Amino acid sequence: MNKHIMFAVAAAASIGVATAAQARDQIRIVGSSTVFPFSTAVAEQFGKSTQFKTPVVESTGSGGGLKLFCAGVGVQHPDVTNASRRIKKSEVDRCARNGVKAITEVKIGYDGIVLANSRKAKPTEITLKQLFLALAKSVPADAEGEKLRDNPYKMWSDIDPSLPKRKIEVLGPPPTSGTRDAFVELAMEGGCKQFSAIKAMRKKDKKRYKAICHGIREDGAFIEAGENDVLIIQKLVANPNAYGIFGFSFLDSNADRIQGTAVDGVAPEFETISSGEYPVSRSMYFYVKQAHIGVIPGIEEYVGEFTAERAWGPDGYLVDKGLIPLSDADRKKINAAAMSGAKLSM
Amino acid sequence: MTDVAGAMGAGRPDPAGNRPTLDERRLRRRYAAERRFKAYGIVAIGIAMAALAWLLFSIVAQGYQAFVHTHIKLEVFFDAQQLDPSGRNTPEALARGNYGAVYKSALRDRFSDVRKRRDRRALYSLLSQGAEDDLRAMVLSDPSIVGTRKEVWLTASDHVDMLLKGKIDRDRPERERPIKDRHLAWIDSLIADGKVETRFNTRFFSAGASREPELAGIRGAIMGSFFTMMVTLLLSFPVGVGAAVYLEEFAPRNRWTDLIEVNINNLAAVPSIVFGLLGLAVILNFFGVPRSAPLAGGMVLALMTLPTIIIATRAALKAVPPSIREAALGIGASKLQVITHHVLPLALPGILTGTIIGMAQALGETAPLLMIGMVAFIVDIPTDPLSPATVLPVQIYLWSDMPERSFVEKTSAAIMVLLGFLVVMNAIAIYLRRKFERRW
Repeated sequence: MNKHIMFAVAAAASIGVATAAQARDQIRIVGSSTVFPFSTAVAEQFGKSTQFKTPVVESTGSGGGLKLFCAGVGVQHPDVTNASRRIKKSEVDRCARNGVKAITEVKIGYDGIVLANSRKAKPTEITLKQLFLALAKSVPADAEGEKLRDNPYKMWSDIDPSLPKRKIEVLGPPPTSGTRDAFVELAMEGGCKQFSAIKAMRKKDKKRYKAICHGIREDGAFIEAGENDVLIIQKLVANPNAYGIFGFSFLDSNADRIQGTAVDGVAPEFETISSGEYPVSRSMYFYVKQAHIGVIPGIEEYVGEFTAERAWGPDGYLVDKGLIPLSDADRKKINAAAMSGAKLSM
Repeated sequence: MTDVAGAMGAGRPDPAGNRPTLDERRLRRRYAAERRFKAYGIVAIGIAMAALAWLLFSIVAQGYQAFVHTHIKLEVFFDAQQLDPSGRNTPEALARGNYGAVYKSALRDRFSDVRKRRDRRALYSLLSQGAEDDLRAMVLSDPSIVGTRKEVWLTASDHVDMLLKGKIDRDRPERERPIKDRHLAWIDSLIADGKVETRFNTRFFSAGASREPELAGIRGAIMGSFFTMMVTLLLSFPVGVGAAVYLEEFAPRNRWTDLIEVNINNLAAVPSIVFGLLGLAVILNFFGVPRSAPLAGGMVLALMTLPTIIIATRAALKAVPPSIREAALGIGASKLQVITHHVLPLALPGILTGTIIGMAQALGETAPLLMIGMVAFIVDIPTDPLSPATVLPVQIYLWSDMPERSFVEKTSAAIMVLLGFLVVMNAIAIYLRRKFERRW
């Protein structure tokens, strides 16, 4: 038997005394499951093309990642966290309280959130307003949104005769998911604030406004299908009447089986998302702990690999993985800022 | 029993002249009830077997192709300019050669009419990045091929592989498939020349995790599982057997031992994620064991396995007949001698069976590992219980959520490997029981 194992087990088990956290020579990355496919691709390339060890990437969700990231400075805490949304003020404060003062923010690109269905069914077009009416918990009873009622719509065609005559059945991510947060903020709220009375409420009663715009119906029309987007796609293929909500990269790699729904007249395509025309798209980020640079080897080089043209450029390998790149000017600017270690200020 | 006997007796016409027809009917009803009862059992077994067969079939049907991968044969010029520009011819210098340029120029030579930059990029995508590793391995094993021309098999990209395995439908409109018309033309020309072949996918068993489906392997996960299981075994077996021997052979029967017994039984029913939370709080935050290390995972799983081992061991000790203990004590053996010379050896098959079943349970566990950072993308193959690692079920979970289509078959293949390990472990348990079991 390996002596090392015996020793390690004996040391940890028998005495039960803290084994001092030893120095780490490997970058640790946590965070969003949406950024995970990109972050792991960069980590792998980085490990192959440099003399550093391949970073360890954990998929914890954006919020979970920032929590771990902000827990403190030291080798037991992660060096980088990925996020499919921007860091919040409260999280920056939390970081600062735990001594994580200097953070570098790197925006890496866009991700579109798509509403898709099986190719066996006809392609659909929908507006944000219709999408809100289909999925909200309570919907306006009149054109302005003065009065509200529980969502009565059972069929898509109940909302608008131009929509298909099928039961509303949408598979989507659970509330813990960053994709859900972004969908609610961009699509639901986008349709919600088209009602003038609800829009006016935003200033007066922000809490109520949020409850109306962010509330998803719970009567079975919206089905929480778990974090596994591959599973949602399999269900869509089996059930041509259902729609699913997930990231653009999954639509891209399964384009032979499912099709994206055009939202406000714009189809979810590479070009429309990168130009910002497609309304339901969000930015992705990662955050670097400045205090760890120089302590954990390779962090600067990892940032360099991520922000190199061969990775995040329009012809880079991340684009093959489904990343939608930033504009040329933005990439140049962010790369320069990231490499000089610009600090995040909010 | 008496009922049955009575009914049998009543079947015959008896001297009192009772109505035999009615009794015969009753008898038939009894037999029918018995047949129905048997039929329910057969149906239950049938459902269970069908579910199992369906599960196995769907996994095997989806995954068997992952064990082979498409390769493309190309005439490669091992250009010394690219591979060993310094001309030193040492393994270190050769390992750093530009192998990408070599396979790309081989593709350009094969399809010399492809000129535009965009088309060439598309052409290069026929082969995987793994082609570089293939070439590097060839050169390092035989440096004399540098400077020569040779036909070699190179790893194809995952899209080409999916096409040849029939997972991509070439009749779809071009924009709906990752393989475009020009790719199809190139591939068809290669197939016509007999330069495309599926070969055994050795990488699947020798490589660690990867974001490229064709480069991904389960060796990292297997090694991680191995180290984790070693730690689990080394911790839970001695502690579990020790606890069981004390409780069974030495402990007095009182309120305290009853309380301990109840707690052990309850512990066996605690959901495994709870052990993960405990691991995070105690093993990582208090003891400072590094995150993602098999040592931490093994400790958590050992806690989870302990009740199983204790309960199985106590049952095995109880099954040793008291006459053996009494005989040994009667000829003057000490209590320690009775236990170590007689009781433990006789109980060993039961103890080992319990341990192996507990370990098999631990091998399939992911939930407690989530909390201690073992659900992660780790490329480097772990070399010791302190280096970051993941385990087989976690690898399955991570692959099942990857957007690339080829990961579907990788997922099923990894499930087959995990099932293989579980079957082997259970077979060992059965073998040990058969070999050492004694009946009294």
